[in-house]
Amino acid sequence: MQAVKIVVTGPFSAGKTQFIKTVSEIDVVATERKITAEEERTIKESTTVAMDFGRLTIDDDLVLYLFGTPGQKRFDFMWEILSEGMLGFIVLVDSTRPETFREARSILETFKAYAPTPFVVAANKQDLPDAWDVEDLRIALRLPKDVKIVPCVAVDQESVKQVLLELLYSILEWIESGEAHRKPKEMPSSNE
Amino acid sequence: MALKGDLRSFSIVQLLNLIHLARKSGRLSIAAEGEVAELYFQDGKLVYASLRSRPQSLLDVLYQARRLPAKQYKAFKARTQKLNDKALGLLLVNAGYFTPQEILAILRDHYTNIVRKLFTWIEGRFVFESGVPMPKDRIPVRLGLGNLIIEGSRQLREWERLREEIPDLNMALKFVDQPQTDVKSLNLSVEEWRVIAYVNPKNSLRKIARTLKLNDLEIRRIAYALIQAGIVELVRPEDYRPKRVLQHAFVNRSKEESISLVQRIINRISR
Repeated sequence: MQAVKIVVTGPFSAGKTQFIKTVSEIDVVATERKITAEEERTIKESTTVAMDFGRLTIDDDLVLYLFGTPGQKRFDFMWEILSEGMLGFIVLVDSTRPETFREARSILETFKAYAPTPFVVAANKQDLPDAWDVEDLRIALRLPKDVKIVPCVAVDQESVKQVLLELLYSILEWIESGEAHRKPKEMPSSNE
Repeated sequence: MALKGDLRSFSIVQLLNLIHLARKSGRLSIAAEGEVAELYFQDGKLVYASLRSRPQSLLDVLYQARRLPAKQYKAFKARTQKLNDKALGLLLVNAGYFTPQEILAILRDHYTNIVRKLFTWIEGRFVFESGVPMPKDRIPVRLGLGNLIIEGSRQLREWERLREEIPDLNMALKFVDQPQTDVKSLNLSVEEWRVIAYVNPKNSLRKIARTLKLNDLEIRRIAYALIQAGIVELVRPEDYRPKRVLQHAFVNRSKEESISLVQRIINRISR
């Protein structure tokens, strides 16, 4: 049996655990702990500290795992461990909380730096009245036109599937272009 | 005993706060960015400030503050070489050029500007020597630290924010492909134009800062302004090598195997 994985990342309370729960065929193995910080507890009661883990059987020989990263920065040492060998990643953003956009961009830059795989940005909570429009999000997150931002409602299975499919289409294009199998260039040493 | 430390662990704002609250008297020397600043305090108030590389007499300060025309400045300079600041101040007051209040106000502005400059110093060493008096030949002012501390705190918050926006000075700037703004229509400062001249994915922000002799805060501030204006974007420099690049899922699979694998997942999810 082959196993592959997609990583779901994003700021604290973006909806990563819910996103995985919505499509996983097993109960998500969540490593949540009660939040102690007063400010964060007003947003949600518990948070992921190590990872969320969901599964989707593709066929007899292939299984897809979905790994959710911890959203709080102090657990970011887990990001690299979770990202090794991934197909690609999804950056989930809470479209109603502009105060988290900067953090989302920082997470995106971190992942891009150490993982040369395709990614999409999922603009979550698009069903809420305060949700930012996708194109406004693009400006706020300073994302170029070629980066896909997919509207998303993490509690809706079709919506989550659409995000996964958009990522998979990007991955397919990446492989077909030959980029995925290009040998990394010999890099000169850092300028430092 | 002298208070010694590192600006990374104890910022200038924290130092001023300590001196202010403990009503300390003495000399605070700060060495950073190839420069040494000396601030003197009396009972928690700033009485004198100077930068060691640019010792300035009262005459220089008045000229810089544009309170003396060049011609007069040169004439005074030639005639009063042997006078110290106190004697010169007295002469200028007696001759009716300035009132004592005017001289003190100009000096207060000058010392305040020196402290403001220090707020941009992020790395460096400091030492506070209790009881060291200010140079006798200089004119003391008594400047409360409250407003400076508030101003410094604001700048510190700006610094923290800029560090979040541009966490790594190994990043480079690149002109955006389709800028929404015409650079020529912007009112850019001289420093911003100088940075623009070096915008190139080959030049890390650190390199640009070093070339233009800008400190960490200044280069971040300029880069952030240019990014916000939509002129440039942040990119990895061409010669950047990350500490470690993770392997992706297709490293040990052929192109055909990889395509088939992704197709199978797409088919399953599309169902």
